[in-house]
Amino acid sequence: MPIFECRNLTKSYGSAPALSNVNLAVESGRIVGLLGPNGSGKTTMIKLANGLLTPTAGEVLIDGMAPGIETKKIVSYLPERTYIPLWMNAEQLMDFFGDFYADFRRERAEEMIAHLGIDPKQRVKEMSKGTREKVQLILVMSRAAKLYMLDEPIGGVDPATRDYIISTIIGNYDQQASVIISTHLIADVESVLDDVIFINRGEIILQSTVDEVREKNGKSVDALFREVFKC
Amino acid sequence: MEWQLNTNAPIYSQLIYNLKLAIVAGQYSPGDRMPSVRDMAMEAGVNPNTMQRALQELERDGLVFSQRTSGRFVTEEKSMIEDAKRSLAEEQIRSFLGSMSRLGYGKKEIIALLESGTEEAMTTNANI
Repeated sequence: MPIFECRNLTKSYGSAPALSNVNLAVESGRIVGLLGPNGSGKTTMIKLANGLLTPTAGEVLIDGMAPGIETKKIVSYLPERTYIPLWMNAEQLMDFFGDFYADFRRERAEEMIAHLGIDPKQRVKEMSKGTREKVQLILVMSRAAKLYMLDEPIGGVDPATRDYIISTIIGNYDQQASVIISTHLIADVESVLDDVIFINRGEIILQSTVDEVREKNGKSVDALFREVFKC
Repeated sequence: MEWQLNTNAPIYSQLIYNLKLAIVAGQYSPGDRMPSVRDMAMEAGVNPNTMQRALQELERDGLVFSQRTSGRFVTEEKSMIEDAKRSLAEEQIRSFLGSMSRLGYGKKEIIALLESGTEEAMTTNANI
């Protein structure tokens, strides 16, 4: 059974469709890039999967279940925007995550926080943007989830931090789990992806492995993306 | 080890090439234990599944072997490594000959050029 599945999934905001009739399946053990330009429906799809939006038509399934309490136990979600309380410090955040999620591995988080030289007593409010993003990702990747959904995890950080974030993703996911990463910074992630999904104006226009793309087109996913989405 | 990956060719075949090169060049000696798939994937900045597939391919070729509990090792059969070296060399020659023939050189000219150019090329290489 796929860990993530969309069946004829449609979501409209008013009359404007954000996703139209999407059919998609992601198996376990894959790192998948959800790639598309701004406004193509990436965040909408991830929010639907996390029960933050409800479908206009069709369904979204996590491990065969509609989004709800049971799926939140197995999905570790990094939203596009910061949601962690700004007054907390890293230590309090780890307590918070430990209370919420049975699969939170605190030792793992502590180790990464220490490795990055982040002061566990520093409040989120006082952290730089890059440090905040690192802390959030550490929290999310420290869960032993079955599915990680990362919405633009590398958007606002410098290239060195990007490398750290990407190696954190590779280093922490267990090979039974799947990771879905939405981004438009393709060059930075493509070598860690198994599969890529191109989405445009709410429709899936390509689903393939990275190496198939390179083999068929003789070019990188990044180059193909630039060609397909040329303005 | 150093990983040299370009962005246009499939990652899988490039990993195989890099790994073979490392074994042939003695970065991993016969009988050496290889690092874990995850560590190598992190070092190369690639997907662990792709690294796993590349190592399985080397296993099928006999260059590495797995021991169920203790990991993956470089083969102890030196002849296997020699064969791999030879086939990498043949690949280089094929691609060299291809480039030369695109430049309009025939076999004899290439050999003559090689002989006159070798000495210089060798010294340059030795200086690196």
